[in-house]
Amino acid sequence: MSISDARALQVQQMESADADIFTTPDGRRIGGPILEMRNITLRFGGVVAIKDISFDIREGEIRAIIGPNGAGKSSMLNVISGFYHPQEGEVWYRGMRRARMRPYEVAREGIARTFQNIALFEGMSVLDNIMTGRLNHMKASILAQAVWWGPAAREEAEHREKVEKVIDFLEIQHIRKTPVARLPYGLKKRVELARALAAEPKILLLDEPMAGMNVEEKEDMSRFILDVNDEFGTTTVLIEHDMGVVMDLSDRVVVMDYGKKIGDGPPEEVRNNQAVIDAYLGVSHDDA
Amino acid sequence: MPIEVFFAIEVAINGLMAGVMYALVALGFVLIFKASGIFNFAQGVMALFAALTLVGLQTGQIPFAHLINAIFGTRMHHFGWDLPTIVAIIGTMAVMVLLAFLVERLVLKHLVNQEPIILFMATIGLAYLLEGLGDVMWGAEVKQLDVGLPQGASVWIGDTTYALFGYDFFIDKLALWAAGIAAVLVIGLTLFSQYTRQGRALRAVADDHQAALSVGISLRAIWVLTWSIAGFVALVAGIMWGASSGVQFSLSLIALKALPVLILGGFTSIPGAIVGGLIIGVGEKLFDFFFQPIVGGATENWFAYMLALVFLLFRPQGLFGEKIIERV
Repeated sequence: MSISDARALQVQQMESADADIFTTPDGRRIGGPILEMRNITLRFGGVVAIKDISFDIREGEIRAIIGPNGAGKSSMLNVISGFYHPQEGEVWYRGMRRARMRPYEVAREGIARTFQNIALFEGMSVLDNIMTGRLNHMKASILAQAVWWGPAAREEAEHREKVEKVIDFLEIQHIRKTPVARLPYGLKKRVELARALAAEPKILLLDEPMAGMNVEEKEDMSRFILDVNDEFGTTTVLIEHDMGVVMDLSDRVVVMDYGKKIGDGPPEEVRNNQAVIDAYLGVSHDDA
Repeated sequence: MPIEVFFAIEVAINGLMAGVMYALVALGFVLIFKASGIFNFAQGVMALFAALTLVGLQTGQIPFAHLINAIFGTRMHHFGWDLPTIVAIIGTMAVMVLLAFLVERLVLKHLVNQEPIILFMATIGLAYLLEGLGDVMWGAEVKQLDVGLPQGASVWIGDTTYALFGYDFFIDKLALWAAGIAAVLVIGLTLFSQYTRQGRALRAVADDHQAALSVGISLRAIWVLTWSIAGFVALVAGIMWGASSGVQFSLSLIALKALPVLILGGFTSIPGAIVGGLIIGVGEKLFDFFFQPIVGGATENWFAYMLALVFLLFRPQGLFGEKIIERV
């Protein structure tokens, strides 16, 4: 291949990459893949939790992972956030193959998450909890911080300002100083989201953000997720049981069942997928 | 005022000073318990080990001298120099940090997610290992530790109180220093944990491991940090105790006195460790003063444990501990 041919090929590739970038009808810009899962297989002893699954997550989109109980959704999220390490397959993040990483390293790379069973610092106030989200952005020396000296005080003030913005955004001003242990479940979920947002993540992973909520709380949470994505362009990966919510929120949906991927695409396409319908409603064995 | 009242007051003040010494040891326990939920049985031995190392470095002792001499048939014991106190203290601190690193690497790392009782057993093993190591490294004889802190009764306080009340109060200067140092230590630790990034991370790890990981905190780095700080507190406690009663292996037993202090103050509270230490110190001295003539014998040996037992019955979480609420 001559140099000019190679050049032409490169331009062609760039154009096709450009074609990947588009704007949704509601004006959000969706970019190329920021995270790619390639042939991920995860086993616990003899149990296969995830079986050879590949999909990608594009910059700026809301990507949902759905499926019945035990389908391996949370396992997949744990693979992304480094809590689990798959036996086979690769994770590509921002165009590079990611080495085996510990959860805190993944967090430092700009992937923040929430948990199905809420993991907050119960003994701390809401404000302190959200401030921990800023830990990786803090730079002042330990001594300067301890005596509240010049740059350290300024830095603290800057972080505090960012945190206050998140607090305003999620409408939790009134519980700022409350110890987290005293909050009701729905608000705890919101504080956990706030802590993840305070880290200014490139990718936000939400593990069943609406589980156990009433209709009103679900609507609030849906609004927050949409607003976050709209306002900051945060790429969001979301696990959810409630089909209605998923269809309303997400740009694209991955459907899992028994550790396998049975569907992938825009909500309306997935909704009409026979395999998905079978997984959710059960298959009649008479016609087999 | 009758002389007995002054005497009782003097006893109480000296009790406070003794309490500060207990609190210094208890502080080390609280730090590690808060950050990792481990009751570090080795804390007392760490104080002993730090004191031994300090004396050894200060007097230019050759580590493992006995072992080396036994193997190679040599007869060397000293390098032949005396290090300045401050250099020896910095050197000892370096050894304590190295110890923290090794504990994380060789013990904690392999016991992640194990039951607390297993980690507790590991620290018992660590206690014996350290005690043996201290013995082999620096020898078993009682050593004099002199870091230049003033000792003996404060003449100034004695004179002043004599002029004011007609009673000569006996207050040990070393105890006054211990109180001052403990105050600085507590203020420093509080500033550190409230206002620094590492302090915040430390509190976060203490509260919830999983959540701490998810905001990008390395548990292992925090554990090394915690054990280093506990090593530093052990060094301070070792210096104070070593200066007042010589560096000897019974020093490791002061850890046992820290136990009632912790039960009183609560395992998770730094102020609790201080207040608990003071209560035990004053309590045991005053109890001895009033009841020793009646019950006879040294009540100081058991008063602290009895008080702890009463607390376990009525307030098991201690004065400042977090109340344990089990959700059903």
